[in-house]
This record gives sequence, C-alpha cells and structure tokens, in this order.
Amino acid sequence: MSTTTVAHHDEHADHPTGIMRWLTTTNHKDIGTMYLTFSLIMFLVGGCMILGIRAELFKPGLQLMNPDFFNQLIGVHALIMIFAALMPAATGFANWMIPLQIGAPDMALPRLNNWGFWLLPPSAILLTLPFTLALFGIGDGALATGWTFYPPLSVQGGIGVDFAIFAVHLLGISSVLGSINIIVTLFNMRAPGMTLMKMPLFAWGWLITAFLLIATIPVLAGAVTMLLTDRHFGTHFFDAAGGGDPIMFQHLFWFFGHPEVYILLLPVWGFIPQILQTFSRKPVYGYKAQVYSFWAIGALAVVVWAHHFFTAGLPVPALLYFMYSTMAISLPLAVLFFCWIKTMWKGSMSFETPMLFTVGWIILFGIGGLTGLVLADVAADAQYHNSYFVVAHFHYTLFAGGIMGIMAGVYYWLPKMTGHMYNEKLGKTHFWLTAISFNMTFIPQFFLGLAGMPRRIPDYALQFAEFNMISSISAFVLGLSQLLFVYIIITCIRGGKKATDQVWEGAEGLEWTLSSPPPYHSFAEQPVIK
Amino acid sequence: MVCSFHVYTMEIKANDNDTSPDQQRKLANKKLGFKLLWIVAGSIAFSIALVPLYNVLCTLTGLNGKTKTTASEISNTKVDESRWVTVQFTSNVMPGLGWNFHPKQSSIRLHPGQIQTVLFEAKNITSQVVAGQAVPSVSPGVASIYFKKIECFCFVRQELQPGETKLMPLRFFVSPDLPSDVSEMTLSYAFFSADKQ
Ligand code: HEM
Ligand SMILES: [Cu+2]
Repeated sequence: MSTTTVAHHDEHADHPTGIMRWLTTTNHKDIGTMYLTFSLIMFLVGGCMILGIRAELFKPGLQLMNPDFFNQLIGVHALIMIFAALMPAATGFANWMIPLQIGAPDMALPRLNNWGFWLLPPSAILLTLPFTLALFGIGDGALATGWTFYPPLSVQGGIGVDFAIFAVHLLGISSVLGSINIIVTLFNMRAPGMTLMKMPLFAWGWLITAFLLIATIPVLAGAVTMLLTDRHFGTHFFDAAGGGDPIMFQHLFWFFGHPEVYILLLPVWGFIPQILQTFSRKPVYGYKAQVYSFWAIGALAVVVWAHHFFTAGLPVPALLYFMYSTMAISLPLAVLFFCWIKTMWKGSMSFETPMLFTVGWIILFGIGGLTGLVLADVAADAQYHNSYFVVAHFHYTLFAGGIMGIMAGVYYWLPKMTGHMYNEKLGKTHFWLTAISFNMTFIPQFFLGLAGMPRRIPDYALQFAEFNMISSISAFVLGLSQLLFVYIIITCIRGGKKATDQVWEGAEGLEWTLSSPPPYHSFAEQPVIK
Repeated sequence: MVCSFHVYTMEIKANDNDTSPDQQRKLANKKLGFKLLWIVAGSIAFSIALVPLYNVLCTLTGLNGKTKTTASEISNTKVDESRWVTVQFTSNVMPGLGWNFHPKQSSIRLHPGQIQTVLFEAKNITSQVVAGQAVPSVSPGVASIYFKKIECFCFVRQELQPGETKLMPLRFFVSPDLPSDVSEMTLSYAFFSADKQ
C-alpha cells in the first residue's frame, strides 16, 4: 500500500521507508491513509461474511451451514462493520482532514495517534481468529451471540466470546486514544483566528463524536469485563441464579450502544454540508443551527438507550419516558435535514459522484430516520422488535447513512489525497449500482419484518421465500459492486488526470488551498484566518 | 463553513529562542490529553457504580420484579376482607439442572394481609446429589415489593438425593398496601443449578 500521496515531493521528509515507515509513522496523512486502507479491507471481509448469510437465506431450509456458524457470521459481521470498517473510516478522514481544515501542522499527539491505529489490526485478528482455530479443532468458533453479547447466551458461549471481549477492549482503547487526540487537536491546534464557531462542520461533528466516545466506550468496556468475570471468575453480575440480572447487561450495553450510532454518523453529518456547499456553489445554510443540533443530539444520545429493549418488561413510566425522549431526537435531526435541503435550494447544482452519493444519502438516511420513529413507538415496537424490520431500519441508517456517506467523502477528497481525479464515469456507475441494489436488498426486509420474520434465524417459513430471494440476489449485486469501488480507488492512486489544488469549482476551506496531494508536512507555518 | 477564508502566511518569526512556542504547545497538548483521561476514568467509575445503583433502584421500586431474598416480618397487618387478589404460580428449571419442578396448585385467591402456604414439588431425576437455587420474580413488577415471603425454599440452596422428591413450602402474604388497580399477580420461580465450581 505504498502510495503516491507522498512519493514525489518533500525531499526533506526524512522518514524511514518500506514497512518501517508505516509501523513508526507519526504523520497524520500516513496514519489517515492506514486507517482508510484498513477500513476498506475490513469492509470487504465483513461483506463476505454477510454474503454467506444471504446465501444461506436464499431459500428456506438449511443448505450451507449449521445454525451455530450462521450465528457466528452474523455477530462478527456486525462487529467488524461497526468497529473495523465504519469507525476507522471516520477516524481516517479525521486524521487526514482535520489538521488540513483547521490549519494545523499535524495532530496534537502524533505518537498516541500511531498507537491508536496499530491496536486495530490485532483486534481484527482476535475477532476472526476463533474461526480459524475451530478449523483445527480448538474451540467451537467465533462469538455466536450477535454483536450485542446478551447474557445468558454470552455467559454460556465458547471461547469466541472471550476473544470478542478482548477485541472490544483493544478497539475501545484505540477509539479512546483517537478521540483524546482529536479533542486536543481541535482545542489547541487551530490556526490563529479560527474560533470554534468558525471550524468546518466536519471538525464539529468529530468533536461531539470524540466526547461521546470517551464518555461511553468505558461503559461498554466495563460491561464486557463483568461478562468476562461472570464467565471465568465466579461473579454473578448477570446471572440470575447468583442474584444478578441479565437485563442489567442490556442497560449497560445500550448506554454505550445507542450513543454509538450517533458516534458513527456525526462525522458524516459534518462533511455532508461541505459537499453540498461545494456542488451547490452556495454557502452552508444554517451553520450555527447545525452546530447546536449536533450538541442537542450528542446530549439526547445518552438518555434514550432503553428503546432497544422496550419488550424486556420495563415499567410503563419508563416506557413512556424512553419513547418520548427517543422521538425527541428527531427534532434536531429534522433541523439538519432542513439545513441540507436549504443549502441546495436554488443553488447552481452539478452532480459529480460525491454529490450523487450525498443526495442519495439524504433520501436514504431519511428513510432510516423515519422508520426509527416507527420503532420508537412502544406499541408498534412490540411487534417489530427483533424482526427484519429492525434490520432494514438500521441498514438504512448504517449502510446508507454511514457507508454511503463515507463513500461520498471518499470521492470528494480522493483527488485531494492522491493528486489524481478518479474515473467519473465509473464513479457514477458505482453510485447507481450501489443505490439500486441497496434498496432492492433492504426494502424486501421491511416487508419481511412487517410480516413477522424474526432476525438472526437461519431458516424461515415458506411464505417469506420470495422476498428473501430478492434480497439475497440484490445483496450479491451490492457486494460485487463494491469491487468496482476498490478498482476506482486503486486506479486513482496509480494515476489519472491531475487534480487542481481546488479540485472542485465550488470547494471552499483551507484543505483546498494546499496542493493536491498536499505536501508531507503542511501548515508548518500556520495560516491566519480573518 | 459559513465564512470564506482569507489565508495569509505568517511572517517567519525572527526570534531565535524558538524552543519556546513549539515546546509550549507540546506541553499544553499533553496536559489537555491527561485531563481528558479524567473523563475516561470518570466513566469507568460510572459503569462500575451503575451495578449497585441499578440494584438499589430495583429493590426500592421492584422494577425488575425481584422480591426480597430474606424473610419478611409478620407485622400485625390487618386482613383486608373487602378485596380479593389472585396469585398465579409458574416454574422453570434452567438448563444444567436435572430436576422436575412445579407448583402443586396453579393459583390461589386470597385477601391482602392473609397468610397462606402453597407447596412446590421438586424431583431429582439424575443419579447424583444435586443442589439448586430458586430465584423468584413477580410480575407486574410494581407488585413485587408488596409480595411478602415469610418462609421460602428460595432463601437457601436446596439439595436433593438421587431420585428424591421433596415438597417445598412457601408461606407468604400480600401486603394490604397493594395498589388498588392490581388484582392479579404471577409469581415465577426459576430453579438454577447451584453445583457449579
Ligand atoms: C430519529 C432517529 C432514530 C430513531 C427514532 C431510532 C429508533 C430505534 C429504535 C426504537 C430501535 C430499536 C428497535 C428494536 O430493536 O425493536 C432502533 C434500532 C437500531 N437503530 Fe435506530 N433510530 C434512529 C436513528 C438511528 C440511526 C441514525 C442509527 C445509526 C447510525 C440507528 C441505528 C440503529 C441500530 C444499529 C439499531 C439496532 C441495534 C440492534 O438491535 O442490533 N438508528 N432504532
Ligand atoms: Cu438506539
């Protein structure tokens, strides 16, 4: 993965070469590149796992795998996509772009930054190793509880659970280190004159995400540690026989888990307005309103967790409270949607690939938010909980809202990072393939959920057959389309039309004042913002 | 961004004791980094504190249906003959315990304050001596703090010889303070193996 980003300038960049360069680098662009590369690889790994699932669900009955392996694939798929694909992609962009956007020479704590990244590969290995071990007869495979680790299943599970717990510890330390670094960078390293309220929205989104991460990741770490001691050291935190309570795990898990969904999206909400601004050739509408909405969502995120287990037998006042507070989140979200649309309103828009992804993103993420409102209704959720409706809901938010947003960012910044334009025609093809096959994969799952098909079950009743078949075929188209994405990125790194400094006609902001690709060390002298 | 940027390159400062600004910033960065670690420490502490907090909250309010694990005092509660309450009984044997276990009667009707005894039957169907622990829970959860056990086989571990059958008594009453909208409640026992380790 040696790249062109740094190869042909900066003679005085005296860094080691080859693998040592990547192992020891403290350069924010190198680290950003590593995060993004790692994320892309894990995106493909997680994708292969879920294609195994869709192949099994292609028709009723058990064809390809036993239920236990099915459960392992589902759980590890989710953990990989959330922690090893989506989060590292956002962190990769943060490393690359935050210093450039705020006029800083590098991240504030470069050595910590290197550590933050190098914890990721070992944790990915820990997550997937039990699959391999099982081939050699050691243990019974990976975590089979789903990504949520619910006891008592997780207390009774095999070594896969222990591996996943340690992987979560490492991933957690990595995110906490990364977040501390980002907060310090944003507080201490801004160019003179760049006040907090002049920061690009991407920086704002990340600031809130970073605070949410350092506040909630330790709670997840605490919860899985209690799980570990329940498993091996005779404690009874979640064991009803010993006076514990399995429901308490759900409280602890979702106290982290719900903020996590906003952690994944806030960085995306940050750069989407920048893309809209560029391709509408108009300033961002409602900058302040968006910043305050970020705050509001960050604050609400930590007080709504129990909507993930409305059916666990909560008392009625608690149900009402969690229902209304969850619904309240859609208010600041609606403000954001309004600002995004208003930014485009009467702009002179053009639809290059990043803009296509962004406009598609607004619509699809909108569907994700609206179906979330349906689930937030306690009475409706009694029927939809644990059904495919929930699966479709969170893929509209996480695949469309998360991954497709990240893809918009990739196309937007790739010319800046590599110095080359990507192939626009292929980019647009990639968008249409992705958008159509994504909808074809998940719209049927809404209907399956409404009809009562439960999630995380390898077999199903005959009346669900047609929708599952459509969903499976589309999922394979969706998966294969991503190979095109990989091809576009690789060819763009290798060469292509030279990108100008500004890259996009309407692009504004400090990163576009630098050369494309930017020099290895940028803003050694900080710009002054007026 | 709302504002457009006007970028100027700062004049290179001609001062030679230049260790200061750069080093100062590094120091400031480290300081802030360590300060943020306090937030991390705080939330670790919070996650640990949540366990006792959760349990206290649940015992006070009975939110999770847990009843007290020790005997209640028989205070001179008046029997409220104007009201009837139905208590239903269900039972589960959790995986890992080779017992049969069920209530001798599926429900009972009684007045609040009236003391009653019901029997549960447990049979060890294995060929070993096996110990179990019963864990009660009451639903609706709001009723659980009004369900008062005077004597219960769930207060201690129970041990059964191979093939042994045992009748296990529960003496209880329902407190007359029971909210007036509750006229029915279910007491569920889950019997867990208590042999592990
Ligand atoms: C207004 C916005 C939203 C509302 C009201 C909402 C509401 C809900 C509710 C009530 C559930 C639980 C459903 C159940 O299990 O029965 C749920 C599940 C979920 N939501 Fe949302 N949601 C919203 C936005 C989002 C966003 C933005 C994301 C992600 C970025 C997201 C990700 C998820 C995930 C991952 C799950 C399922 C977790 C699991 O059980 O594995 N949601 N949502
Ligand atoms: Cu949630």
